[in-house]
Amino acid sequence: MKADIRVALVGNPNTGKSTLFNALTGLNQKIGNFPGVTVDKKIGYTQLPDGRRAEIIDLPGTYSLYPKSRDESIVFSVLAEKATELTPDLIIVILDATNLKRNLLLYTQVADLKIPVIIALNMIDLSKKAGIDIDINKLAEKLGVPIIPVSARKVEGIGELKTAISYANKFALQQESIDVSALAPGIIESISKEIDTDNPYFALQLAHQHETLKFLTPAQSDRIEELEKEHGFHSQKAQASETIARYNYINDLLYDTVKTPVTAHDESISNKIDKVLTHKVFGFIIFMGILLFMFQSIFAWSEYPMSLIEGLFVWIEGGLRTLLPAGPLVNLLIDGVVAGLSGVMVFIPQIAILFAFISILEDTGYMSRVTFMMDKIMRKVGLNGKSVVPLIGGFACAVPSIMSTRTIENWKDRMITIMVTPLVACSARLPVYTLLIALVVPNRNVWWIFNLQGLALTGMYVLSLVSAVVVAYVMKFILKARERGYFIMELPVYRMPRWNNVLFSMYERSKTFVLEAGKVIIAVSVILWVLSSYGPGNRFANIEKKYQQPQFTKTMTPDSLTRMISTEKLENSYAGVLGHVIEPVIKPLGFDWKIGIALITSFAAREVFVGTMATIYSVEGDADRIDSVQDKMRNAKNPNTGKPVFNLAVAFSLMMFYAFAMQCASTVAVVYRETKDWRWPAAQFVYMTALAYGAAFLVYNLLK
Amino acid sequence: MTLEQLGVGETGIVKEFTDLEMSVKLMEMGCLPGESVRVSRIAPLGDPIAIHVSGYQLSLRRFEASTIILQ
Repeated sequence: MKADIRVALVGNPNTGKSTLFNALTGLNQKIGNFPGVTVDKKIGYTQLPDGRRAEIIDLPGTYSLYPKSRDESIVFSVLAEKATELTPDLIIVILDATNLKRNLLLYTQVADLKIPVIIALNMIDLSKKAGIDIDINKLAEKLGVPIIPVSARKVEGIGELKTAISYANKFALQQESIDVSALAPGIIESISKEIDTDNPYFALQLAHQHETLKFLTPAQSDRIEELEKEHGFHSQKAQASETIARYNYINDLLYDTVKTPVTAHDESISNKIDKVLTHKVFGFIIFMGILLFMFQSIFAWSEYPMSLIEGLFVWIEGGLRTLLPAGPLVNLLIDGVVAGLSGVMVFIPQIAILFAFISILEDTGYMSRVTFMMDKIMRKVGLNGKSVVPLIGGFACAVPSIMSTRTIENWKDRMITIMVTPLVACSARLPVYTLLIALVVPNRNVWWIFNLQGLALTGMYVLSLVSAVVVAYVMKFILKARERGYFIMELPVYRMPRWNNVLFSMYERSKTFVLEAGKVIIAVSVILWVLSSYGPGNRFANIEKKYQQPQFTKTMTPDSLTRMISTEKLENSYAGVLGHVIEPVIKPLGFDWKIGIALITSFAAREVFVGTMATIYSVEGDADRIDSVQDKMRNAKNPNTGKPVFNLAVAFSLMMFYAFAMQCASTVAVVYRETKDWRWPAAQFVYMTALAYGAAFLVYNLLK
Repeated sequence: MTLEQLGVGETGIVKEFTDLEMSVKLMEMGCLPGESVRVSRIAPLGDPIAIHVSGYQLSLRRFEASTIILQ
């Protein structure tokens, strides 16, 4: 899709930038990654009144061109790098009219890069209501740029903004803000000569940021480093004096253009809400209530769509089986690819619901209050106030939760959150737990109201949270911090959520998950399919031959015959062989090779355990009464001792294994996607497996 | 006197900073020398605190507030 003009959207966080982006582009947008980094790149298209087509790039929200996080570092490099497929012809700086002063800092920095710029003055309706009087014409005249008042939320002023884009100059006409050259005179001249630029602010930014800018050659970067030493350039001191100079300019600018009443109306309402929501007692009660509701909804609301998706795939499988001729390729397609695809799609409802909640909590401003309230506790264990939401989301599914850790700016805090989130008892563990608990824990009440089975299940959930906190605490000492941690965060005014944004975020996250994690999951399920449907040598052919003998075909119904064949095939498949191979390793945990098969197949997803158990123990079922998996497992006897396989020790040992082991291809895929380094998911896999083995070993030997 | 020592509702004027790296971040957020700051609330567990500065609410940890010296 070719565009006539490329526009970059820049602004502070909480200014309604995404809302404006959505209002400008509608559904006509696509999401990708900026080259080389995991930062979402949102690009949309819009038709201008003169018939031209504009491409709009939504850049991450930032308070200044000096980045505090990886997301923010994208902004300067996109704006500054010349002649790439992202270099903008025009910049729209979006300013929050209710907080012009702080917003203008970023504007003056961007304006000094001398790229044509226009201002979208957002929330103009709210600023009027708050009694803030802005002389727009005078301000525009002083800055030398067009200012378009808009209300992105009410979709007002969007047409005018589009007209302004189409009339935008090819040349930067904005007024100088501060005397940049005076900030660091010598070095700016030297760099300007070295890099061949006539923009002093660009040269100054290179002095500050050359180490992280990808478009500089190593030689250029080294040369800038030398120049810095030569001129005695001190980055932080220079930044401090620049910020002070800019705010002086802004104060002068606003002195006779903006009149602000003593306390804004919006803020006083916000203050009242805060008194309740961050209250010593009610604050935590309300937060727990919201979490409980969120958690319940993710379970309750996703149940129906998930079963619909599963049903759809069963239907597709059935259709394909009748349409296509039987054969290994068709089996690969159905049992490998389609099954893998269904394993991906089935997560969509949970991802969409979790992100709906997260985007509502963020949009309203409540999320920053959660961070505010929880920071002290979380910091003690090496996490951050912002880690609360991924950890709680982990009860539903680690995949979207790990995706949501991007809001954590601090690298170390984010990594620890990613590393411990899969320990939280996700919904895929639930079928495993309920099956095993029902098998060995008696269904009776203790102390009148507590059901023993329910207590056991609660225990597993509590254990998961405790283990996440303990592991985080340990990692706090292992991981080295890359940057100093700090917690300087805006507490935005409470606002109603924008439902459009909520829908967009649900759609975006689900799509990213399907496209990115989906590839790995499908690959893993194809591998697992091969492992469980082929065996070494001609074992499979022999099994087929054996069951064609009349003693089987005469005495058994076709159904039970197929089940016997598939059971025996699984035993003799590569997965079965592997189960035998790992038996000596898992024996100390109380597991036999059959459970070994389930452990191997569960690597794709934990809930596969139930299905595998059903296949392995389907021997004695007859056609009229197909036993439930639970009954089959209860009847399973150890061939050597004659005692039941699944006693209390084995069942709890298994539960410990499933509680700690990293048996989820989707999580591995998403951790790789978020960290862009295979060492992270590898380290996670190793530590979790070790933990699982240790815990299972301990529990088995204690209960044996 | 530092910002950390102010109680809820009390106001002060920023004079200078004891930590250069922190000061760069704080000043970008509008917390500059000469600017008036008011403590608007303290988190339920005593840390962080929320201050009102240049027209909006900013939260920061106690340690960070202790690097801001008031007039």
